[in-house]
Amino acid sequence: MSLELRGITKRFGSLVANDGIDLEVRPGEIHCLLGENGAGKSTLMNVLYGLYQPDEGEIRMDGKPLVLSGPRDAIAAGIGMVHQHFMLVDVFTVAENIMLGDERTGSPLAFAGWLDRRRARRDVAEVSARHGLDVDPDALVADLPVGVQQRVEIVKALIRDARVLILDEPTAVLTPQETEELFTVMRSLREAGRSIVFITHKLKEVKAIADRITVIRRGAVVGTAGPDASEAELAGLMVGRDVRLTVDKAPPALDEDAEPAFAVRGLTVLDESGQAAVDDVTFEIRPGEILGVAGVQGNGQTELAEAILGLRPAAAGGIWLDGRELTGRSPRQVLRAGVGYIPEDRSHDALVADSSVAENLVLDLFDRPPFGRRGTMDVRAVRDNAERRVAEFDIRTSSIDTSVGTLSGGNQQKVVVAREMSRPLRLLVAAQPTRGVDVGAMEFIHRRIVAERDQGRPVLIISTELDEIFGLADRIAVMYRGRITAIVPPDTSRADIGCLMAGIVPGSDDAPPSGDGTPPAPDATAPDTAAPDATVADTTVADSAVADSAAPDAAEAGDEPDPRQDAPVKDGDK
Amino acid sequence: MSATLTPTTAPGSATAAATDRGHWYVGGAMTLVGLYALVAFGLGSRTDDGAKAVFNLNLLGDQAIKVPDLTVPAGPTAIALSLVCVAVGVLRLAVRLTGSRRTAATSAYLVAFVAAFLVWATSGHSLNFTSVLNATVLAATPLILGALCGVLCERSGVINVAIEGQFLVGAFAASFFASVSGSLWAGLVAGCLAGGLLGAMLAVFANRYLVQQVVLGVVINLFAAGLTGFLYERLMQANPEYNKTMAFSAIRIPVLSDLPVVGPVLFGQNAVFYLTVILIAVVQIGLFHTRWGLRTRAVGEHPTAADTVGIKVVAMRYRNVILGGLIAGLGGVWLTIGLNITFNKNMAAGQGFIALAALIFGRWSPLGAVSAALLFGFAGGISVSLQPLETPVPTAFLSMTPYLATIFAVAGLVGAVRAPAADGIPYTKS
Repeated sequence: MSLELRGITKRFGSLVANDGIDLEVRPGEIHCLLGENGAGKSTLMNVLYGLYQPDEGEIRMDGKPLVLSGPRDAIAAGIGMVHQHFMLVDVFTVAENIMLGDERTGSPLAFAGWLDRRRARRDVAEVSARHGLDVDPDALVADLPVGVQQRVEIVKALIRDARVLILDEPTAVLTPQETEELFTVMRSLREAGRSIVFITHKLKEVKAIADRITVIRRGAVVGTAGPDASEAELAGLMVGRDVRLTVDKAPPALDEDAEPAFAVRGLTVLDESGQAAVDDVTFEIRPGEILGVAGVQGNGQTELAEAILGLRPAAAGGIWLDGRELTGRSPRQVLRAGVGYIPEDRSHDALVADSSVAENLVLDLFDRPPFGRRGTMDVRAVRDNAERRVAEFDIRTSSIDTSVGTLSGGNQQKVVVAREMSRPLRLLVAAQPTRGVDVGAMEFIHRRIVAERDQGRPVLIISTELDEIFGLADRIAVMYRGRITAIVPPDTSRADIGCLMAGIVPGSDDAPPSGDGTPPAPDATAPDTAAPDATVADTTVADSAVADSAAPDAAEAGDEPDPRQDAPVKDGDK
Repeated sequence: MSATLTPTTAPGSATAAATDRGHWYVGGAMTLVGLYALVAFGLGSRTDDGAKAVFNLNLLGDQAIKVPDLTVPAGPTAIALSLVCVAVGVLRLAVRLTGSRRTAATSAYLVAFVAAFLVWATSGHSLNFTSVLNATVLAATPLILGALCGVLCERSGVINVAIEGQFLVGAFAASFFASVSGSLWAGLVAGCLAGGLLGAMLAVFANRYLVQQVVLGVVINLFAAGLTGFLYERLMQANPEYNKTMAFSAIRIPVLSDLPVVGPVLFGQNAVFYLTVILIAVVQIGLFHTRWGLRTRAVGEHPTAADTVGIKVVAMRYRNVILGGLIAGLGGVWLTIGLNITFNKNMAAGQGFIALAALIFGRWSPLGAVSAALLFGFAGGISVSLQPLETPVPTAFLSMTPYLATIFAVAGLVGAVRAPAADGIPYTKS
């Protein structure tokens, strides 16, 4: 089945999200839709899935025009979509989620739409077995790791006999291993003659899996390419100019004898349900060093950053900056102590969308001289400050009085960065500093972060993008289920970091104990090449990674996974 | 820096210690209250000197199967029941119970405590227990109907605070149309429709105009109170023939209504009551075993997910809110022609809000809400029945207790209370 989009234009008010886009998906191909955040990929796919009606253009299937007035029409036409944010009801079972909207009904009260759960369960089991997508129909979705939830979404599309499957940024929530498994599934679907539209902004993945590539920039198709195109070419197409894919950074000027400037020892933070979101985490950062925290989203990174900022209480352990304890301080006290904070969700935690750029630039200091005096605000000082920051940080805004919510993501983030870096800092905490930011702004923000480091400040970067971690970090701490599985140097291989992100310590013989008692998947064991890296406890790193007091036996622990790590997230386990 | 992996291990996790203290507080409180019951009910002067408590168990004189009165020695019985309370309290203190065991322990505690109290209160007197149960059912019926309305609305994602108003218009319409037409059934239909109309109003403003739903509900309540008050003054006060005393007569179901104790209470009521029982079953089964129920819950939990599989979210919400309004209207019908009472201004007297409390106490499940409504009804029934017994406890104090329990329940002390995830959030496509 071939699918063709011709001249699709979609406007939201004055914003043209899609501008005359042509796209052709051939039967049995994996077609990559590559573009930056905000380029219009998701809008286009929502048009294709019937969620949006295009203002112009048409969709043709096998040469015949197709009118999609809603998802129901798209499903009927054989189009399935796995959304970036899963469309699963947490409190339903897998089978309930999959049959929702296409319910199996039957006796004893067929006229009333009585649910035939047995048939639903059987159909799910049958389809998931046929495509090698192992899911338990009776599991509650809330209990499943994201990788499995994604499989549920794929089964949901396949059970409706989707011939064209749209995957919207499917790898954003996956570990590298899970991504590899997803690719295997995608290839086998291609073998079965189904087409896949794979949306991403990650060049490596495009190269790994695509049959054809369409690049979108600012709502328009700017080029098509084959899988043999180089990463630099693709990046150039995507951004519209030559870009550097690496961060320029000198090796850290570390004084090996320096006292760590920032230390977290035995920190435990509880989430809303009282579970340990951060579980006995210990690390130190020396002056002029960037520690990168890698990990799949939702493994305690958010809570770690919030605990450092005093936004969440520490249930145990402590936080020290330059010898002063920060534990239990209010966010204001922490900020006053010289901590700069770039939160991961800028629209929610960092900016007041309806306030102006100038006001947002002094959110932390508005009550302090020179901006505030005896309960009044010095408007001129605020404006002067804004003019300077806008110039210095290259914030593209029509004026400093524009409300910040109307700026592009990259420029919003620059406002946050400008505000946080214009105070004298003793520590910078940056969570997802370039999420949803265009490549140009990304380069800029990375340069500023490295500049902070070069001035001798400790920097903590939390990111789910491995490229960002590798580009910036001088040491990498990997978080899994609230714990730091290891702190490793930046030349550690991607595969090893990937293992650590799934809670597996490379070189150890035991995979983490499996929650349901099934043996681990073959790929759960670490590659042998990792073994030299993994032999634990060179003294220098052990010193800095493990606080002297916290875990004297840490060195031996490498081949002994913690028994309390009950259910592993590892996908292949089931 | 050399290539090294440094796994960190944890000497201990603070999680367990931090989250497990709840049962100490609960168990401690239960033990203390149990000890209080022991001293006040079992060892107090009211139950001294071999006083007896007599419970009559027949509601009607013409009951086919009569059971003898239950006579118990007040002191020892109250002591035994109080000791059960203390034992459950100590158990909760010592062991961290979960799930159904915790529910069972809590239920046993409540039953023993209430029984100890009743024995103490009845000591030296006699109490018709079946009549207490009957009063319970009569008081609980409108609460059940209101809570079922709440289940339908909130499970699909619309907060309905307007149950009180739906009761009022239902009660008014039922009384008015029954009086005018002379047909109770016409009154019933009119009452339901009036509730449904108010439901439609709620649905339109909540789904189409995206009005904040709690505020909207309050406004609709005020509107309903004003409208029915106005119509009452203009129509009914001047013309009593528009507001006659009428009621559905009791239908005694053969054989079943002759069962001892529960027979007349459950099988000797009128048509509105039986309709309520049927509705409980329909909503409970419908919500958890049919396509409609699955879609309703999906729309209330994750409307976007429902939309992407082709379910019309807003249409589902309209339908459920209007259906809920019809059911709440029936609750209003009960208040007038179900109970043989004429309409009066603001006669719902907060019962719509109590129904809302039952909904939350019952954790948004139909059967849970019914249990909560029965509990509230029982408290009301007791406080009326105890008046002639001259207990030192003021009856107003007694009728207060279930709401105190509700506050604790809503505060999450009885277990996690979780509303549907999209409850109160209007669905809009961006």
